[in-house]
Amino acid sequence: MKEQQNRFLRQAPQSGAEFHKSADIWGVLRLDPTLSTLLAIAASLGLIALYSASGADLDMTVKQASSFLIGFVVMLVFARIPPGTYAYISPWFYGLGVLLLMATAVIGDVRMGAQRWLSIPGVASVQPSEFLKLAMPMMIAWYLSGRAQPPRAGTIAASLALILFPVALIAEQPDLGTSILVFASGFFVLFLAGLPWKLMGVMAGAFAGIAPIAWHFLHDYQRRRVLTLFDPESDPLGNGWNIIQSKTAIGSGGLFGKGWLDGSQSHLHFLPEGHTDFIIAAYSEEFGLIGVIVLLALYLAILMRAFQIATMAQNSYARLLAGAITLSFFVYVFVNAGMVSGILPVVGVPLPFISYGGTAIITLMSGFGVLMSIQAHRKLMG
Amino acid sequence: MNQNQKQTRLTLKDQQQEVELFKSRALFAGGFVLFAFSLLLLRYGYLQLLQHETYATLSENNRIHLEAISPPRGFIYDRNGVLLADNRPVFALVVNRQQAGDLDDLIKHLTPVLGLSEDEVDRFHKRLRVARRYEPVVIRSRLSEEDMATFSEMRYAFPGVTAEIEVSRYYPFGDLFAHVIGYVSRISEDEAKTLDPAVYAGTNLIGKLGIEKYYESVLHGRVGYQHVETNAYGKQIRVLKRTPPVRGTDLKLYLDAKLQQIAHEQLAGRRGAVVAIDPRNGGVLAFVSNPGFDPNLFVGGIPGPLYRGLRDHEDRPLYNRALQGIYPPGSTIKPFEGLGGLHYGLVDWNYRIADPGFFSLPGDSHRFRDWKKGGHGVVDLYRAIYQSCDVYFYQLSDRMGVDRFHDWMAQFGFGERTGIDLVNEKTGTLPSVAWKRKRLKAPWYRGEMMSVGIGQGYFTATPLQIALATAIVANKGHILRPHLLMSSQGPNPVELPQQPDKMVAFNGTPQDWDNMHAAMHMVVQPGGTAAALSHGLVGYDIAGKTGTAQVKGIKQNEKYSESKLDPRHWDHAWFMGFAPVNNPRIAVAVLVENGKHGGSTAGPIARALFDYEINGIIAPPPALEGEDGVDE
Repeated sequence: MKEQQNRFLRQAPQSGAEFHKSADIWGVLRLDPTLSTLLAIAASLGLIALYSASGADLDMTVKQASSFLIGFVVMLVFARIPPGTYAYISPWFYGLGVLLLMATAVIGDVRMGAQRWLSIPGVASVQPSEFLKLAMPMMIAWYLSGRAQPPRAGTIAASLALILFPVALIAEQPDLGTSILVFASGFFVLFLAGLPWKLMGVMAGAFAGIAPIAWHFLHDYQRRRVLTLFDPESDPLGNGWNIIQSKTAIGSGGLFGKGWLDGSQSHLHFLPEGHTDFIIAAYSEEFGLIGVIVLLALYLAILMRAFQIATMAQNSYARLLAGAITLSFFVYVFVNAGMVSGILPVVGVPLPFISYGGTAIITLMSGFGVLMSIQAHRKLMG
Repeated sequence: MNQNQKQTRLTLKDQQQEVELFKSRALFAGGFVLFAFSLLLLRYGYLQLLQHETYATLSENNRIHLEAISPPRGFIYDRNGVLLADNRPVFALVVNRQQAGDLDDLIKHLTPVLGLSEDEVDRFHKRLRVARRYEPVVIRSRLSEEDMATFSEMRYAFPGVTAEIEVSRYYPFGDLFAHVIGYVSRISEDEAKTLDPAVYAGTNLIGKLGIEKYYESVLHGRVGYQHVETNAYGKQIRVLKRTPPVRGTDLKLYLDAKLQQIAHEQLAGRRGAVVAIDPRNGGVLAFVSNPGFDPNLFVGGIPGPLYRGLRDHEDRPLYNRALQGIYPPGSTIKPFEGLGGLHYGLVDWNYRIADPGFFSLPGDSHRFRDWKKGGHGVVDLYRAIYQSCDVYFYQLSDRMGVDRFHDWMAQFGFGERTGIDLVNEKTGTLPSVAWKRKRLKAPWYRGEMMSVGIGQGYFTATPLQIALATAIVANKGHILRPHLLMSSQGPNPVELPQQPDKMVAFNGTPQDWDNMHAAMHMVVQPGGTAAALSHGLVGYDIAGKTGTAQVKGIKQNEKYSESKLDPRHWDHAWFMGFAPVNNPRIAVAVLVENGKHGGSTAGPIARALFDYEINGIIAPPPALEGEDGVDE
C-alpha cells in the first residue's frame, strides 16, 4: 500500500504540471492547444479553397463557416464529456444508430437513387450512417476494452459481427463510401487491439476469394465506377468524365498552381463536384503541388498529434477509440485524395475540412471533440 | 494481501502489455500513414510535374475554343456599279439540343408547322450525327418570310428551336446573269475533301459556277478567328483573342446590266445566246444564254425535284449556250475565210467567179448547192460576203485546203479556248488533216472541205468564239482575249491579265481590213442579207454577217422545207457584227436556236445592243418580216 502511495506521490509533480497547464484558457475549454491550432488552420484553408471552388459563392462559404462554428461548439461540448461517459453510452449509441439504419432501410427517403435519409417529422432529416462513423469505433472500443487484448477468437468473431451488420445495411442503401469508412473505423479498433497478423492474412485471402462473389452483388453504378477506375478514358463522356477532368485539373495546376480563383477547370464547370467530393482537384489546380504538399503536411501534423493523444491515453477504451478516430481521419484523407487523383475507385468520400457539407463537418468535429476529451481528462482518470 | 498484490501486479503487467501492443500497432499504423501519404505525394507530383504539360494542354483545350468568323464575300458589280451579287442576311432555324428535349418528338411536332419534307428531316439527322454536343443544328437553312411568320407564332411551343441569322448570297437579277455570274452553294462532300479546311472554316458557301467560281479565291476573303473561353456547357464566357476576317474582294465586271437585259428581252424566250465584246479591250459587255435559271435557288440548296425539273427540261436551262454551246458557225465565218483567201493570195478584191448555183469538184458529179437557187451570177469578194455566196467559198476553201484554212482560222480563236475568265469553256472543233487522223482515225477527203468552207460539217464553234473572232476583225487583226473582270477593289485585288499585244499574221494590207469592213457593212445595206438592220439607224454604221447553221442534214436531192420539219430541227440563226464601223466599240455574236434566218431573227437582237451601246437608246426592234432584205 505504501509503495503504491509512494509511486503515486512520485508522479505527483508531473501531474502538478498538468494541473498548472489546465489553469489557462485551453485547460478551461478542455482543448489541446496543438490540435486546436492545426484544426483552425485546416478549417481556414478549407474556407479559402471552398470560396474559390464554389465559384466565389460567398453564401456557400458563409454557410460552411457557420458549420465550422457549430462543429466547434459540438467539439467543445464533446471535449467536456469525460471518456468514461462515452464508454458508458457506447452500446446505447451504437444500438440507436443500428435501429435508425434499419428504420431507414424500411421507411427512409429515396433521394438520387439512394435510401440514406430518415425524416424525423417536424425536426429534420438525418443520415443514420453518419452516426455510425463515431458510434462504430465507440462500440468496438467499448466491447474490446473489457476483454483481453489481443482479443481471442470468439471476441474477434463477435466484433466482426458488430461491424458487418451496420456496414451491410449502409452498403445496401447504397452508399459504398460511407460503408467503407464505417467498416474501417470499426476494423481499426480491432487492429489496434492486437488483431493477430495471421488472422488478418487469412481475412485478406478470404476477401480476395469473396471479391468475385461480392462483385455479383454490387450495384451497376458501383461496378461501373470500379471499372472506369482502371480505364477512365474508355468512357470519356460517361463514367470516365469525372476522373479525366479531375486529373486534368490537378495536372494543369503544375508546381505553383494557377492561382486562387483562377482555376479554369473548376470555374468553368469542367470539374464535376468541384466543391464537394472533388474539391482537392480544384484546390490542386489553383495552388499546385506546393499547395498539395502544404495540405498533406497539415493533415500529417493533425494525424501525428492525434496518434500522440491516443498513445498517451490512459485506459484501453480511450486508447482504442482515439486510435480508431485518428485512423478513420486518415482514411478520409487518403481515400478522397486517392480517388480524385485516380489511384482509388471513386466512392463518395468528402475531404475533411475542405469539402462543402455541414453534416461531415459536425461528424468530424465530434470525433475531434472525443479526442480532446481523452487528452484533457487523462490525469483526472489516472 | 499477498493474493491481492499478485493480482494487482498481474493487472498492471497486462495493462503494460496492452500499452506495448497498442504502441506497436500505432507505430505500424503511423508507418502506413507515412507510406500512404508518400504514395499520394508521388501521385500528385507525377500529375503536376511530369504530366503537367499534357494536362495543361487538355485544360486549355477544355477552356478555349477556336471559332471561325466567316468573311463577307466580295460584291460583284457591273461596269456602272449596279450590284449583281449581294450578301443578305437570312434566317436559319436551328435546334439547341440542351433545351430541345426529345428530338424525335420535336421533329414530329415541327413537321406540320413548317411542312418539313422527309429529305429535310434526313439531312437534319445527318447533321446531328456530326455536330458537337453543344452545337446548334440547322433544321432549315433559309426561312421564307412565311416560315418566319408561322414560326414566330408557334415559337413558345418549341423551346430550344431558334431562328438564327446568317449571311447568304443573293442575286438581285435572278436568272439574268445566271450563266455568267454563276452562283454559290453549299460545299459538297467532294469539295470538302480537297479544300483547305482552315480557309473555309466558318463558311459553308463556295462558288460553283461562273464568276463566282472563277474568282472564288478572291471573292471569298480570309476567314477570321476568335479564341473564345467556353464553360463546360458550351456557354461563351469571353473572347480572349480575335483575328478579324478579311473581307472578300469586290469585283467590277465589264458587263452592262442594261445591255444584258436588252439581249435577254430581245431573245424573248427563244433558246439562244448573245455575247458582246468591246473590241478595244476585250471586255465582255453582255453574256446571255437563254433560258437561264434562278441562281438564288441554288444558294440555300435546291430541292431535289426542282433541280431535276431544271436538269431534265427540254430547253436545258442549265446549259450555258454562250460558253459551251457547240454550233456550226455557218456563214458567219465567211469574212474571216475571205481574209484568209487574201492572206494566202488565192483571191483579191477584183477576183470574180461565176456562180451557177452549185459547185462540183473536178471529175465528180456531186453538186454542192448554193443557198440561192440558180446562184448569184458573177460574184466578187464583196458580193460573196454581203450576199453570202456559198459557191465562192466552196471554191476558195477547196483551193485553200483544210490545213491552211485551219492555220488561218486558228488566229481568230477557233478550235481553242478563248481564255475568258469563266470555267468549263468549250473549244468547238476547227478541223485539220491531223485532227481528223487523230480523232476519227481517217484521212481527209477533199469533198469534206466544202461544208467546212461554209461553216458546217466538222467545223463547230461557240457563240463566244464567234464574238471574239468578230472583235478581232473589227480590230483589224488585233488579237484579243475576252475578259469579264474590269477591276477589283478590296484587300486582295486581282491582277488583270495583259491583253495579248499581237496581230493576226496577215500578208495583206490594212486596206484589206477596211474593205472587209465595207463588205460587212454592205450586209446591212439594201441587197445585203440583213438589209433591214440599217433601217432607222442614226449616227453610226453597222458591219455584220448573217449565218445559218443546219441542224439536220439535207440529202442531196431533198429540199429544205420548214413546214415538213420539226421546229427543233429548224436551222439555227446567227448574226455577228460590230459597230460603229469606223471606230468599233462593240462586237456581237447572236445565236438563236432554230431561229431559221440569221438576218431577221438574230440580227435585230444585235441591232438593239448597238443602239443602246452607241446611242444609249432602247429602241423597239425594227420590224423586219417581209422587208426588202435578201435572206439566206
